[in-house]
Amino acid sequence: MKLYQLKVHEAHKLISDKEISSEELLLSVLNRIEDVEGMVQGFVTVTGDYARKKAREADEKIARGEAVGPLTGIPFALKDNMCSKDILTTCSSKILKNFIPPYNAEVFDRLEEQGAVLVGKTNMDEFAMGSSTENSGYFTTRNPWDPARVPGGSSGGSAAVAAADEVLFALGSDTGGSIRQPASYCGVVGMKPTYGRVSRYGLIAFASSLDQIGPLTRDVRDCALVMNAICGHDPKDSTSTPVEVPDYSSFIGEEIKGIRMGIAEEYFSLGINHEVKDMVEEAVAGLEGLGMEKVELSLPHTSYALPAYYLVNPAEASSNLARYDGIRYGFRYEDSESLLETYKKTRSVGFGAEVKRRIMLGTYALSSGYYDAYYLRAQKVRTLIKKDFDQAFEKCDVIVAPTAPTVAFRTGEKVRDPLQMYLNDVFTIPVSMSGLPAVSIPCGFIKGLPVGLQIIGKAFDEGTILKVAGAFEESMPFKNMKPAFGSYSRGGV
Amino acid sequence: MSQYEIVIGLEIHLELRTKSKIFCSCPTTFGDAPNTHVCPVCLGLPGVLPVLNKKALDYAVLTGLALNCDINTYSKFDRKNYFYPDLPKAYQISQYDFPVAQNGNLRIQSNGEPRVIGINRVHLEEDAGKLVHSEEGDYSLVDYNRTGVPLVEIVTEPDLRSTEEARGFLESLKKILLYTGVSDCKMEEGSLRCDANVSVRLKGETELGTKTELKNMNSFKAVQKGLEFEVERQISRLEKGERITQETLRWDEGSAQTVSMRSKEEAHDYRYFPEPDLVPMEIGAPMVEEIRKTLPELPLAKRERFIAQYGIPEYDAEILTSTREMADYFEECVKIFPDPKAVSNWLMGELARHMNAAGLNFYNIKIAPQHLADMLEMLQQGKISGKMAKEVFADMFASGKTAGQVVAEKGLEQISDRGVLEKIIDEVIKKHPGPAADYRARKEKALGFLVGQVMKVTRGSANPQMVNEILRDKLK
Repeated sequence: MKLYQLKVHEAHKLISDKEISSEELLLSVLNRIEDVEGMVQGFVTVTGDYARKKAREADEKIARGEAVGPLTGIPFALKDNMCSKDILTTCSSKILKNFIPPYNAEVFDRLEEQGAVLVGKTNMDEFAMGSSTENSGYFTTRNPWDPARVPGGSSGGSAAVAAADEVLFALGSDTGGSIRQPASYCGVVGMKPTYGRVSRYGLIAFASSLDQIGPLTRDVRDCALVMNAICGHDPKDSTSTPVEVPDYSSFIGEEIKGIRMGIAEEYFSLGINHEVKDMVEEAVAGLEGLGMEKVELSLPHTSYALPAYYLVNPAEASSNLARYDGIRYGFRYEDSESLLETYKKTRSVGFGAEVKRRIMLGTYALSSGYYDAYYLRAQKVRTLIKKDFDQAFEKCDVIVAPTAPTVAFRTGEKVRDPLQMYLNDVFTIPVSMSGLPAVSIPCGFIKGLPVGLQIIGKAFDEGTILKVAGAFEESMPFKNMKPAFGSYSRGGV
Repeated sequence: MSQYEIVIGLEIHLELRTKSKIFCSCPTTFGDAPNTHVCPVCLGLPGVLPVLNKKALDYAVLTGLALNCDINTYSKFDRKNYFYPDLPKAYQISQYDFPVAQNGNLRIQSNGEPRVIGINRVHLEEDAGKLVHSEEGDYSLVDYNRTGVPLVEIVTEPDLRSTEEARGFLESLKKILLYTGVSDCKMEEGSLRCDANVSVRLKGETELGTKTELKNMNSFKAVQKGLEFEVERQISRLEKGERITQETLRWDEGSAQTVSMRSKEEAHDYRYFPEPDLVPMEIGAPMVEEIRKTLPELPLAKRERFIAQYGIPEYDAEILTSTREMADYFEECVKIFPDPKAVSNWLMGELARHMNAAGLNFYNIKIAPQHLADMLEMLQQGKISGKMAKEVFADMFASGKTAGQVVAEKGLEQISDRGVLEKIIDEVIKKHPGPAADYRARKEKALGFLVGQVMKVTRGSANPQMVNEILRDKLK
């Protein structure tokens, strides 16, 4: 086994036993990046020199006999919408092509405090708007399982580099499914924590009431380790909640007998591919085999979640993205005669089509005379969706559903049809609208492409989700399956 | 003109006197080098989040209480969206439908009549930066020091009926706000700014006329002048049978007229929506009561108490309560030297005169209430004369010394010792037998000469009343 293939907990053991150094691990990872990045194209920026410095620092710490944390010396990647001091942070947008933040996102600070080693910033749909990374202002990331297909999005870069063994873990952000859907498409574990669980400070805002940072890892145990590092109240984020954070690792390996699993009919209809449906139902049967109790229930407002989401999300985005005006930082269209022209041309040239589409939608939804009919109504629908879940969770402990209605689609297949693209998130959006935690874990393959199983939990009950996910993963025969790169290596595509 | 009724409502922006900004920890200091009090949060860099400064909320509640408002137990922030280079996030965090305080009023005196002016709302928001335009007009620079300084916006009902009344309201409001200490209310530094909505209608008409909004009035005088101009402009249009256009106007101090900024059609659609980065505020009764305790006695109540408690004239009470500092100074003095009218006279007279001349205020004068009271006591006991007192006071004001110190250093203490005076007077009579004889011969004028001689010998420190008495006795 190559060092870059190690899981976080495996690498940690070797590092703390001084079998390997952080630098050796890093070099293996950097070589791997060199080998496969030409195919994957998951990184906007690779921070090789910075990583070497950080790995050496970790090794010095270990040599001094300082405590070796679970993430000390572990190479990881950040989605390029999380600020990193003195390191380019673009949101995969041309409008931020030269933006170098003077400060760190809180999650990055927390990971660095633990001694984790940043190796790069990953590609995404521009400003996290999209489900395929095709909306990146730079390039499209490829799915390691099939380079003709998308890795999902918007955290497609993070999911792809984790799946392709270019890092041991990555952070993504999830607004309507942007961690879970790419995790599903790339065959990795991706968790969206409860809204308020992880500080958003330094996460470049897309839709503030929905955005949440979470881990993309190669197994559930690693997911728990990263959650331990990034969760917890941050006074710099007023929406982060001061709820105690348990040791998530302690849930792994626990029995799941008697835990009630809700199955909502709505999640097995709404445009789902029948092969995906079959596979998820098989997974549900598997969970029953592990002793879980199946509860049939209904989440009646599920079909309204998507339209409501596409009002709330663009509304907030239109306001959040208004600051990119070419005046203070980022791209500016220089050849303008007036202030208004500077604004117009900077934003026309700097933003891509999807971003402009959402800004237009959101501006319209908030306009005087339309606010009540659109934004306010959408917020009311949101309350109803939340209520659905509240009622469901009186009868069950977790809800099990597909993550996405299909496996990874072909690059270019949906890019001209925004509505088709939006439908990818039909099973993840209701959860986001309710602020609930959920994980996507691999539950099988269809023609060599991974399928994700979504496990949704009660607010701040990520522990139970991880317990179920851990037991499920343990029971699956394919848990160490890797994409077969073979001929794709070294720019073989 | 008299057939028209003037209707004015004011919107006052007030910078709160917190040490740090409303959503970050940058200082709020005025007048420093551009862009020295900025951080990622107030610059609105990508990814930053606001955190509410609790003190700003406390001050907003206090302002609401001082203006007799209801405090909303549920209050929240909203985003007001518009593009301008001085607004780095392209939205201002403000309050839309749940302001901190609502439904208040302020009692004022207008033409000697008491009037109650309704306060529609008091809400919290952040200030914007400042544009500095190049002299050639080919570029502008932005100073973000002011960005994120906490503001309250106070909106009145359209209850003001004359330009004088508007100015009077503003003066009363400023007085109250200074009393509460929430702001330093300096119009010239922009910590108090005033916009106005103006319309006119025929007397007896119940519908409001078309209004215009007037901005950029940077002093109390400008407010009154701007309003006067606008009222006259509107009336003369109506007289000519023309209509008023609803628009936003700018008061141009230089040309002394109002200039159109934008019409109703060009008005911004601010697309308000709830600020998702901040959680709603719960302003519970215990918090309100805690803040109410810090509410000082307000000017009107204090003025009435001064009249009743100290028996001073209305005029005195009005002036003494014009600032909280002056009122406090007065009361401290009276505590030590319980002759309110005398203290009042000295405060409004000598102290005010010296303060004006030196450009000082109650915060930075050297003379303490105790010092003034001690001096008044010496005056009352005849240790110094009224004339000497003014000289002593000037010295005390300049140096911060006590009256005793000044009198001792200058040898100014009045000679009121009968024995000492008699000796001196005997000498003077001996030296000037001619005038003494003249007085005895009923030439009253001669007495003045002799008194003058005594004063000369004592370098003015003899008690003049006693000198007169003794001289008359001796020359009977």
